[in-house]
Amino acid sequence: MIEIVVRDRCITCDKCIEACPTDVFERGDDGVPLIARQGDCQTCFMCEAYCPVDALYVAPAAHPLPEPPDVTELAERGLLGGYRAQIGWGHGRTPGARRAIGPVLPAASQVIIS
Amino acid sequence: MTDLDVTADVLVAGGGPAGAWAAIKAAEAGADVTLVDKGYLGTSGATAAAGTGVWYVDPDPAAREEAMTSREALGGYLADRSWMARVLDQTYANMNELAEVSRYPFPVGEDGHQIRRGLQGPEYMRRMRIRARRSGVRVLDHSPVTELLVDAEGAVAGAAGYRRQHGRSYRVRAGAVVLATGGCAFLSKALGCDVNTGDGALFAAETGAVMSGMEFSNAYAIAPEFTSVTKTAFYSYATFYHADGSVLEGAGSLRGRSLIARALLSERVFCRLDRAGEEIRQAMRLAQPNFFLPFDRQGIDPFAELFPVTLLAEGTVRGTGGIRLTGYDCATSVAGLYAAGDAATREPICGGFTGGGSHNAAWAMSSGTWAGQAAARHARTLGARAARRAVSGAGGAGLRPTGAERAGHREIVEAVQAEVLPYEKNYLRHGDRLAPALASLDETWKRARHGLRADGADVVRARSAAAMAANARWMYASALARTESRGMHKREDHPCSDPAQHHRLISGGLDEVWVAPETGRTLAAAS
Repeated sequence: MIEIVVRDRCITCDKCIEACPTDVFERGDDGVPLIARQGDCQTCFMCEAYCPVDALYVAPAAHPLPEPPDVTELAERGLLGGYRAQIGWGHGRTPGARRAIGPVLPAASQVIIS
Repeated sequence: MTDLDVTADVLVAGGGPAGAWAAIKAAEAGADVTLVDKGYLGTSGATAAAGTGVWYVDPDPAAREEAMTSREALGGYLADRSWMARVLDQTYANMNELAEVSRYPFPVGEDGHQIRRGLQGPEYMRRMRIRARRSGVRVLDHSPVTELLVDAEGAVAGAAGYRRQHGRSYRVRAGAVVLATGGCAFLSKALGCDVNTGDGALFAAETGAVMSGMEFSNAYAIAPEFTSVTKTAFYSYATFYHADGSVLEGAGSLRGRSLIARALLSERVFCRLDRAGEEIRQAMRLAQPNFFLPFDRQGIDPFAELFPVTLLAEGTVRGTGGIRLTGYDCATSVAGLYAAGDAATREPICGGFTGGGSHNAAWAMSSGTWAGQAAARHARTLGARAARRAVSGAGGAGLRPTGAERAGHREIVEAVQAEVLPYEKNYLRHGDRLAPALASLDETWKRARHGLRADGADVVRARSAAAMAANARWMYASALARTESRGMHKREDHPCSDPAQHHRLISGGLDEVWVAPETGRTLAAAS
């Protein structure tokens, strides 16, 4: 679930508020998005993909964490913006789609790729 | 706040691939189109968050024949060759449009040609949004439909809904409506599926439309425990284990998935992708970066370490049941109403087997195209008359309670989930468990119909809760009626298929649910 909006990275562009399919965010008084409805987060990582400054972190757990993770540590591990980099979004990057040649799946599972 | 009240030739409900294609094709046919989505056109639904194979087959007769034959048996011979052929043609055309019109960056193979057999969800849907807007489609994001509008003759004439980020309602009167609202995954948190609560099926039923194939609704996907990332195909490289590290014999992503479900009833199940060589590992990472997010972020090496897995319900998203279509134009039995994508039954191309992945992707673009074009034609025949019709709201449960006792959307959702999520009820089906589950769902429906009501944005939640209850009842009524095993529908008490039940099951009704064999269709013979 969405755990963190990194305040000093956020440029208040509202993109996450717009793009979140389950309407998790609200615009805060200072323009920085608030995680207003964390329980509605479906852990789809789309907000991270749309954030132009890598200011969001979605933890892989589909339930809220007891404590949000440490931002410095996430940054050091390359996890802030990691998904956006992998799909090749952002200036100067090659779209991940261009390189997406999947593995040859066993014949039976090719038909149920899901 | 002032409500928004507008007109359009065609209203498309849903901003996944089917809705986007429907809107674009209706606009290209000359219609004035409004698309409304519960979330955001570009990120909403099961496709945007994932990657998917696409049923893209070169127009070589032998290849096409092979593509059609390969799944007929799995689908219990309920698919239809003429539909399959048309979907293969249309998908081929649409994928080529993606390359040429939307400049989708397909990978290039060693022969220098683009490989057009798969799509990455974020890239695909971002480009679909751009194309929709360039086609002149008016897009209302975060604007879920709450009910359809009907004219005096009962024809669908638009929809009403709620703009969540504006805190006000809206109404779009239209000549025709395309429902592309997705399937129903019961808020299971399967990747991208929480917007898919079967709303379209409820709206359609409230205007008199019927469902088909709702017994094919027991899809479950493998995901690392406590996460959302479903990518069952990659688990074909997995070995499954008990907690003590011994192999769970016979378990697998394809044939042995029910064994995993059975084991999960009494123990944790672990997994390791130990059958993937280095080259495959690299390819998996390039094809599906999101697959690795749970592992990378939890510091797990899925190729070397055991990790616990779960199965997440995907209901009719990866099942095949949905709104019944009356023809290739994706019309429903209600005038002015069309259905596309996972909101519609995918039996025409999948029969009773999962449509997950490549088939659903092909179906979304094909049915979306046809529904959009047909809706535009329908609106044109009505002309200016369409906007002058007196309309009324068709919505019932969650909008217009019939009793005084209040019910909340949360309790309805929980009551439905308690019947449809457990493996022992929905996956490992048995009449002895399905019957009481249906009885309980009937009671839940009554509670919702009598007392479910909400204000403001919660109207959307109330309607989603009602939709889940309705979908669940069509599912289990159909599953009880099919006293055999066919396609993905496996009955422990009827383990064999019964030649006398080689037909589709249609279903419908809200206060009284009914199921009946479809008549008058010739299906492929079981060989």
